[in-house]
Formats: sequence, structure tokens, C-alpha cells
Amino acid sequence: MKAFTDLYTALDETTKTNEKIAAMKSYFESASPEDSAWAIYFLTGRKPKQLMQIPKLVALAVAAAGVPGWMFAESYDAVGDTAETIALLLPDSTKTSELPLSDWVENRLLPLRGATEQEQIDSVLEAWQELNDQQRFIWNKLLTGAFRVGVSQQLVIRALSLVSKIEPAVVAHRLMGTWEPTAEFYQHLMEPDTKDTDISRPYPFYLAYPFENDLPVLGEVSEWQAEWKWDGIRSQLIRRGGQSFIWSRGEELISDRFPELIEESVLLPDGTVIDGEILPWKEANVLPFSQLQLRIGRKNVSKKMMEDVPVIIMAYDLLEFGGVDIRDRALVERRELLERLLRGLSCSSDPAQLTIAESDKAAPFCQRLSERLRISPKVEVDSWEALSESRNHSRSLNVEGLMLKRLSSPYKVGRQRGDWWKWKVNPFTMDAVLIYAQRGSGKRASLYTDYTFGLWDNGKLVPVAKAYSGLTDEEIRQVDLFVRQNTLEKFGPVRTVKPELVFELAFEGIAKSTRHKSGIAVRFPRMLRWRTDKPANEADTLETVQALL
Amino acid sequence: MVEFAKPAANYDITNSVSTPDLVKLTDAGLYCEYGDFYIDPWRPVGRAIITHAHADHARPGNTHYLAAAPGKRLLSTRLEPNSSIQTVEYGEAIKIGEVTVSLHSAGHVLGSAQIRIEKDGEVWVVSGDYKTEEDATCAAFELVPCHTFITESTFGLPIFRWKPQQTVFDEINKWWRSNQEAGKTSLLFGYALGKAQRILSGVDATIGPIYTHGAVEKVTQAYRDSGIALPDTQYVGTAPKGTKYSGSLIVAPPSAQATPWTRVFGTVSTAFASGWMRIRGTRRRKSMDRGFVLSDHADWVALNQVIRDTGAEHVIVTHGYAAEMVRWLNEGGIKASSFSTKFEGERDELQPTDQDSESTEESSETDSGIGAANMQDEADLAPTTRTAAAAAAADVPRFF
Ligand SMILES: [Zn+2]
Ligand SMILES: [Zn+2]
Repeated sequence: MKAFTDLYTALDETTKTNEKIAAMKSYFESASPEDSAWAIYFLTGRKPKQLMQIPKLVALAVAAAGVPGWMFAESYDAVGDTAETIALLLPDSTKTSELPLSDWVENRLLPLRGATEQEQIDSVLEAWQELNDQQRFIWNKLLTGAFRVGVSQQLVIRALSLVSKIEPAVVAHRLMGTWEPTAEFYQHLMEPDTKDTDISRPYPFYLAYPFENDLPVLGEVSEWQAEWKWDGIRSQLIRRGGQSFIWSRGEELISDRFPELIEESVLLPDGTVIDGEILPWKEANVLPFSQLQLRIGRKNVSKKMMEDVPVIIMAYDLLEFGGVDIRDRALVERRELLERLLRGLSCSSDPAQLTIAESDKAAPFCQRLSERLRISPKVEVDSWEALSESRNHSRSLNVEGLMLKRLSSPYKVGRQRGDWWKWKVNPFTMDAVLIYAQRGSGKRASLYTDYTFGLWDNGKLVPVAKAYSGLTDEEIRQVDLFVRQNTLEKFGPVRTVKPELVFELAFEGIAKSTRHKSGIAVRFPRMLRWRTDKPANEADTLETVQALL
Repeated sequence: MVEFAKPAANYDITNSVSTPDLVKLTDAGLYCEYGDFYIDPWRPVGRAIITHAHADHARPGNTHYLAAAPGKRLLSTRLEPNSSIQTVEYGEAIKIGEVTVSLHSAGHVLGSAQIRIEKDGEVWVVSGDYKTEEDATCAAFELVPCHTFITESTFGLPIFRWKPQQTVFDEINKWWRSNQEAGKTSLLFGYALGKAQRILSGVDATIGPIYTHGAVEKVTQAYRDSGIALPDTQYVGTAPKGTKYSGSLIVAPPSAQATPWTRVFGTVSTAFASGWMRIRGTRRRKSMDRGFVLSDHADWVALNQVIRDTGAEHVIVTHGYAAEMVRWLNEGGIKASSFSTKFEGERDELQPTDQDSESTEESSETDSGIGAANMQDEADLAPTTRTAAAAAAADVPRFF
């Protein structure tokens, strides 16, 4: 716990990437495999299922601190983090624990789940007695499942790669999917022999950067493949060893949400991994994303749901074929194989001979695949002007814009510039009035940074969107001051403010909603700019925005 | 586990007879009608008693000022030239109208004072800003028993508890040393008045050279001129071109962070010394490498201790977590209410004051700020004593 706390402190005390990597590297070099496994588990944002109810923990903390419950709420309001508030409230510590992280997690933390209330109380009080101030904070973070340290998975991977001398891509692959944080896992992670066996494991996704330039900087249009940017759930469909798996980009195994896709995937040969987008699709048309959201919200997918919101996979890319990782090959080659595969054309079964020329000659053996496994159509153009023109049709096609991929590009890891770009259509906008404000979390915990905006409807402001990004630090500070000086009412952490400030909000989509008072729900709302030039009464009406439906 | 002490109920409400309010809240600030003077007014008035030189307490524009003698030189650099400033020693009682007034050390910054007002045996004390931990750059806090105590509550939540300052200075020294070993410059931000000088007095000056930002140097000079011993510092504005800063410590006001001024220092490690650094989110939002929890305000424990020890029957809470403090005291059996003042307790260390930013600009290019300060200093170099104060008072209309 001591070394891990020091690691946390070191990561927290610097904003420099190389210093963060160095701190992790030196931790992994000296920590035991068990501790390292748990450290990776927490550093990559994984967390145990809820161990103890937060209100119980808070009650315990205020009793130990000798303050009333309302004082916790006020303190939390200033701090913005439950674990930290508790650590700051507890009487000063006099001890430091030398026990290793794995010991604390396995013997103290995990047993809390399912323990009796009294056992939980005893265990937590005992832990607070043994840990120093900073260790208590870490412990509380682990306990409340809110452990975040501001390192990306990419950085953890780079540190592990430095320690093990294994390529980052291999480490990334081994870290995907479900794994248990054990010494064996860590040893496997650092294993120089990179023939991994886990059949469910997806590849790290390659993500595109937003394109904000003039098209000609990309060179010749003939070197690029353009596709529509579909609005669904980016996923990998894996068929290996007679089993199928669907992983979301968020590294969640979502196979059970889409039984019809799993059913169709048996048509794929073993050793196939497809990268694509799950879309709600009916009668040759993509449905709004909100329909899909309804579906993923349900734990059990009913027959009716499957009929109302049928799904397909719009395949973008082929990552593994015949059991061979083909991510290094050029996009043009992978795409060709993908098309042959999904059109039921022939392909060689010997991965060593996987070339387009040879697959042309081979006899058909793949079965004809269904309507549910589709290929993302190319947008065929011969000039940048024509491409730009095509993008203008995005909205009517219900897509977000275009994807531009270099034909020669390999399938890389993570978000990288250069070969893949997303070129979205300009968002919808509206001018809305700030009506509620709430404090942010983490870095912005002591500022009012989370806002709710309203539109006019018969002389009243109806809440339509929440947004917390898009302003500069200086603007945030000014709005924070406005909120403090113009609070009309407080409801817990939420303040109702004088309806005076107008912001231009951008959003990606709009859908009908029965759950919202306004009758609409907007996607990805964010603040474009502060309309200091506009008085509140000139903000948009609900009617004008509803017209976009 | 140890429980925090709750303030004890040390008076009996039923016995208290109604007494006149010696201090009232008005549009211009805290006002004593029996002496016809204000305390730290935020609008220009005829007579202002100033608790200390921080910008939200000592505002220019008043006709006459009264302040504690040790802070006179400092205060004069914060007001218009030739302001009418009269001083009294700590503990020296003077009669103003119907009340007897004395100033008592608040331990906050050089010359900081609590204002004691007495009328017919009834005693009110206005704390100004205060801390109880000792500070080598100012006199120690003096506990003043009273019936009504008007207290600040900048850090009036139980999450704000300070470590002994030596622990913090040790952390700062360690940080400076390790930066030095890594060839980095240590850039430490702290409030230009008070915090910066306390840091200078506490760091191990043998580690390396110490440089200052103009705003800090100006105040530091005023401290030295007031007889406070501080290690040698070199003002960045007069350092020769091409000075290598690596390994040194640079003390600057928070407003200088991320300004062009910091560009010449090479690879820096940044840190901020403030009570607000107790909260991780605040430190991260400031984008500092380190945060040192060092405050010139009383922490939660000290606030409660002082309130209880004054024996006050009524506590009036001003800037900071006033509502929370009032509720806490009332629940603990101490009658409390609040004054909504224009003191910026909650934010004064988080936001640049006008004086900080002015100095940032002037010192980034020229050294005029320092030159002007020195000139002013020469005209008034005598240590502040009774005689000096009396002499100064003779030239201008008297406060009382
Ligand atoms: Zn102050
Ligand atoms: Zn103050």
C-alpha cells in the first residue's frame, strides 16, 4: 500500500507524460507480480463491484470525525469527492501501513462485499487506524470505486512495455477483455512469447482524429477511402474456436445484448475478427441512435425489442482472418478480404497464402452471409470537391459525416493522427439560457462547471440540455462567479440561477423523448461559445429546436 | 479515535441582558457608531481602522487611517502616497468618542490586528484575519477575551486542518533540493503579502539563491524596512541578462503563473503555497506540480479554539464558511450569527488581486515598481516607533 500510494502521489504530482511513465516503470520494476496486477487493474480504471454502501461509509466517517452529517455535505461541496472528503475529515493519522497492495485488496477490501454490517464497520475503522492520511485517501478511493489517476491506458501500456520489452500493441491486446488481477496474469502479461491464446480477446481499436483542415492537405483523393460515419456502437465481432463474442469500444463484452448478431456470426469462419458499428436498422434505413440506447439500457432483450429495434453490424475492417492477425496489412488489402468474406466469396484457408490474387482463384467455401452482416459502403468520388459535396447529404442519410482512411494504412492502436480522419458535418446549434449549475468533479470540484440550459416555451424556460465542456478556464471562472452571485435557490448541490447568461450549444442529433419535460433529447450537447451579446429573452424557443426533429 | 472538540456552551442565554451593538454592518462596512469609525470599510469613509494591509481589508480612499504600528510601513505602500495613517502600539488603549479602542496582534501578517472596542464594560472584538500558529515575520496572536467576537471563517470547515509549519517548510526544502538535483528551477507561488515573506523566513536559504517577483520583492523590502529579518533575495527584474536560474528558488504571486514572465527560468517545477492546497481538486485546477498546505488563516481547530477561549457570548461570523460556522456554533450551544461582508475570504488566495497583477506587468519588463518602492521607502526609513508615529500624526489631521 505504501509503494502504491507513493505511485499515486507521483502520478498526481506531475502533468508530464514522461514523468508519469517513469513513475509507473519504477513501480512495476520493484513491486511483486500480485501487487503489479492489482496496480494495473486500478490504473486502467477497473473496479471491484460495489463493496459497501456509500451512505454507510459516510456515516462511519462523520462519527469518527465527530461532526454532524450536514457538515459532511458542506465539506463534500467544497471538495467534490467522497473519498477525499472522508480522508480530510478523519482525525489525523499517526500510523503508516507497510502491507502490500494485494494484501489490502484481497484480505481487506474484497471481503467487505457480503460481510455483515458490523464486520464492515470494524474492518473500515481498523483500516483507517492503520493507514496514514494519503493511504486513507487511496483506500477510500478503492472502497468507493472511484479510483482515477489521470493516466490513460495508453500510458500504462507504455510503462509496461518499457519494463517487459514487449511491444505496446501486444501489451494492449493482453490487457483487453476480462482478466483476473493475479500474479499469474501479470506473469502472462510480461511473457516474452507473444502467442496468446485467449479466444475472446479483442484487438485495441484504432480511432480516427477529427479532421479540421482543408482536404487537399491529404494529398491525392485516389489514395483515400471514404465511408459514411455511422452513429452506433463501435464494436468488434469475434469468431474463434466455435464461439462468438462482441466487444464494445469501451471494452465491454456485449454479446448478450445482441443475440441475433451472435446467431448470424456462426456463418463466419473460425479465426475471424471484424471491426464495425452496431446500428439499429429497419427496412434499409438506419434508425436514430436513441433507439439503440433503449435497447442497450435493458439487461434482457425481449422479442418485442428485437422486432422493434433490429440491429446489424456495419463492417468497417477485418483484423484477423484464418486466425492470423492481419492488422499490419494495408487497408486496401484488408477491405478486399472483408468484401470477399462477407459477400460469401472464396478465400484461401491457409493464412500464409492470404493474398488477394490467390483468394481470387480459390473455390468458394464461405457461406452466403446474412443481411445482418453488412459492409460499410464506400463513398466513391474522383475529387475532393465531389467528396465535400457528398458530405452535405450526411444528415438526410442519418450519418454523422464521413470517414477518411488512407488506403495504405495499417490498423493501428488507439487514437492517432495521419491515416484515419473523421470529418463530421457541422453540428446543430441553439442559443440556450443557463438555468441550473452544479459543481464539477475532480479537477473542477470547487467550481460551478456543470450547467443545465433551457429554451423558451410560452414565456417559461424548459430545461433541454446539460453541458459541461467548451468553455475556457477564464470563462469558467467568470460563470462560476456569476453562479455564486446570482443563485436563486439551492437544491442539494444544484443551484438555480438567475436566467441571464446565453450560450450557443452545439449538438449532434435530436430525438423525441417522453422522459424529458421538453419532449426532446439532444445528443452530445456542448458549449460552443458564450453569447455575451445576447440577452436571455432572445434565446431560442423550444419550438424552433423541435422543428429540427 | 480522537474526536474533534466541540465548542462548549460557556454562557447562559437567560442571563444575558440586552447591550448596545458596538459594531454594526452598514453599506460601507463594519461601523461603530459610538466612536464614529469603520473597520476595514469597503467604501471611502472619514475614519477607518485597518486590521491589516491585504487588499480586501485595506482599501484606498479613506480620509484617515488608524492601524497597528508594526504594519505602518507596509500599509503605506498599499495606500495612496501621503495617506493620513496614524498608528498605535499593540495593546495601547485610546479613547475614540464613547468607546475605548485597542489593537491586538492577530498573527496573520506583519502588523495585523484584532480591534478591541469597549464601552461601559461591554467588550467587542473584530478579529480581522488571524492565525494562532507562530510566524517569524509577525507578532504572535493574542487572545482577547470579549463578550462579542466578530470572527473570520475563511477555512471554517473541518476538512481544513494544518500540519505544523515546520513540516511544511521541510516539504518545501525537500522539493527545492530534489528540483535542484534534477537541474530544475523551483517556482513557488504564494500571496505576495505575508505568505511570500513567511516562506522566505522558513526555507533553508543555504540550498541555493532565492529570486523574487517584483510584487514579492516590494513587500519583502517593506518587511525588511520594518525590522523583519529575511534571507537575501534577488529581484528577477534586476538580475543580469543571461542569469542561470536552474537550482534556485523563485517566489512569485499566483497571478504570475503561466505568464511570459516565467519563460526565462528554464525547466521549472511549480508549486503553490496556500490553505486551499489541502483540496486536491484546487491544486489540480491550478495545474501546479505541487501544493503546499500553508495558510495565514486559522484552521478549523484553531477557529474553534479561539472562539471558545475568548469566552464570547455571541459570535458574529464574517467571510468564509460563515453559514456553516454559524450553524455549527449554534448546535454546539454558542449563540452565533453572521455578517455578510465584502471581504473575500473564500477566494483571496485563489485570485490575483489588482496589486498582484499590476506588479506582474510592471516587473515583467521594467524595474520601475521596485525603484518607486525604494524611493518611497527612503523618505520614511525610520523604524516605526511611538515617536515616529506621533511625528507622522502631527503633520496630518488626527484620527481621534
Ligand atoms: Zn488577510
Ligand atoms: Zn480577509
